[in-house]
Amino acid sequence: MERLSRILHRHEFYLAATLALLASIIAVINPAFLSLSNLFDLCKSSTVLGIFALGVLVVLLSGGIDISFTAIAALSMYVTSKLLLATGYSGSVILAVAVAGCLGLLLGLFNAFFIYCYRLPTLIVTLGSASVFRGLLLAFIGTKIVTSLPAGMVDFSKRSLFAATLPGGETIGLSASFLLFVGAAIMVWALLRYTMPGKGIYALGGNPEAAERAGFNIARLQFFIYGFVGLLSGVAGLTHVCTMRNANPFDLVGTELVVIAAVVLGGASITGGRGTVLGTVLGVFLLVTINNSLILLGVPSYWQKVLVGLVIVVSTGITTRRNPRALHGVMAT
Amino acid sequence: MSDTHDNMRLSKDQASFLNRLQRCLPTEGATVRLLIITVAVLIIMSLLNPGRFLTCRNFASMCFQFPELGIFSLAVMLSLVTGGIDLSIISIGNLTGILAALILTRATSAGLSAPMLAVCVAAAIAAALAAGALCGWINGVLISRFAITPILATLGTMQLFTGIALVITRGHAIAGYPKAAQLIGNGTLAGVPVPLLIFLLLACLVQGMLSRTRLGLHLCLMGTNPVAARFSGLDVRRLLGRTYLLTAVLSAVAGLVIISRTNSAKADYGSSYLLQAVLVAILGGVNPRGGFGSVWGVLLAVLSLQFLSSGLNMLQLNETVGPYINNFTKELTWGALLLLVMVVNCHCGRLRAR
Repeated sequence: MERLSRILHRHEFYLAATLALLASIIAVINPAFLSLSNLFDLCKSSTVLGIFALGVLVVLLSGGIDISFTAIAALSMYVTSKLLLATGYSGSVILAVAVAGCLGLLLGLFNAFFIYCYRLPTLIVTLGSASVFRGLLLAFIGTKIVTSLPAGMVDFSKRSLFAATLPGGETIGLSASFLLFVGAAIMVWALLRYTMPGKGIYALGGNPEAAERAGFNIARLQFFIYGFVGLLSGVAGLTHVCTMRNANPFDLVGTELVVIAAVVLGGASITGGRGTVLGTVLGVFLLVTINNSLILLGVPSYWQKVLVGLVIVVSTGITTRRNPRALHGVMAT
Repeated sequence: MSDTHDNMRLSKDQASFLNRLQRCLPTEGATVRLLIITVAVLIIMSLLNPGRFLTCRNFASMCFQFPELGIFSLAVMLSLVTGGIDLSIISIGNLTGILAALILTRATSAGLSAPMLAVCVAAAIAAALAAGALCGWINGVLISRFAITPILATLGTMQLFTGIALVITRGHAIAGYPKAAQLIGNGTLAGVPVPLLIFLLLACLVQGMLSRTRLGLHLCLMGTNPVAARFSGLDVRRLLGRTYLLTAVLSAVAGLVIISRTNSAKADYGSSYLLQAVLVAILGGVNPRGGFGSVWGVLLAVLSLQFLSSGLNMLQLNETVGPYINNFTKELTWGALLLLVMVVNCHCGRLRAR
């Protein structure tokens, strides 16, 4: 009984209930929502947003914020695609993911250098580095869309799980890139739950001074956090390329606030120390479902922003109400 | 013995002179460094663009360009001073601009007489400011009553206000206003561009508010230490509400300048202004952790940014470096400048701490 009440008091329960309610409303209005192809589509559209969100979760937990991750993703995915094309690489996609991840890692460490060595506010550093990365990409590396991708990446984009052919002749399947999202979610979950850096991230977000006195090496932790976000962003960028089947250097940048909104919707506190992987995943699904289903519901697409804005305001309002501790820190950014 | 006494008296005189000098100039170390940077950018751009940069024409066109960003930056500065941030400024500017545009286009198509037109323009301005105040009130309620973190509350309302603007316009631009309304963004008064006058007036008002009124003092106090502010009896909630009301009204003014200058209003205009405005405020020495900020810094920062961007634009005509200069090079320089200034400020702060 006690266990049940504990579940009922968790943010994730409310999220899941909201998601279920929303799904049933949509399904009643338009049964096409529950079709397998639509559900697979939802999973596909949540992949890139989801991988980004997991990275953002880690930063938010540590009490920081990163808004350069989309710029990191754009830079690493574009450079990787060009690099692999120039070398004539045609092997598996794994190398492409690794290259993009490493590039992202390097760019993330660049952020960490400023954040740790000069103790600058994370919002400001990533604001500056986002312009630097984007400027670097578009001014010097290229502005043209790369349409002919390396063979390995094209293969990966066509591969699907649970492929089936419907009686009508239409083939459906879950895009293989969804596995990257699942893998990233499990990795972040394990990192936060079972490893020392994971505990350190929560400690740092709860109280940096206490974390330092408890013996956590803050320097190593900060480099780890921002490097890790960079890595995930690089991977997300490459996944985006594979899903779109082209590398557009203008893509991704501009979606950072939506990703942060999804993570916050998932119950992560922007002041650090609170948030879970499950909540983040549910937050991503909720946002993607709202975005994708308005068309199914026959709502004009220009209402989309109004609804997303309302969802963010209402849900953060409810979260703060439910957590009296937050009322104390009225002002924390 | 008497010798050292004399020396001391001299140094006292010197000190009082320095004090007097300091009172007329920006005193913050960061602002002085920014002044040096601004002048340096001005000199470098003049040297790189001989005969083009240091011209009346260039300065006149720059004076029409930077006031919009300047007003937005003032709004961001106010929110940063209280330790929060307002991300919804651009969307408020666009939404209020669209409301004004709706009134103005009706007035144009109705073919009114001159005095009636003036009334219509005044009504449009009043409606925009009132709508801005309403948006700001919503932000304030969310932040002070519901205790939502400013960054999240304004992230949500940013989407909400842009969404409402999209619903009103269905994504189209609203264009075609009476001549009188275009004066706000394009006119000159005694040779000085009207947008510049509006910006300078607002800058003076904000500076006066921050440095000379009780409200300004309370805002800085709250930004420095919200807990201490509450325990010393300040009504933190009311202060927060007023802050976001002010930032929204400032944004509404910027919105009016924009629609008047471009003679059109659109839901997604100027989205790049948001990051630029934050950049200007930070560059201007506003502490993002709250408590400190000066209009001097914002003024210098917005000028240095404008010099940079106009100068780089002109460099496109240069044969050797021209091909590498575009909007994205500007973005790169802005970001690099922000990081550089922050690092320099940090170094100077450390030296003083020793």
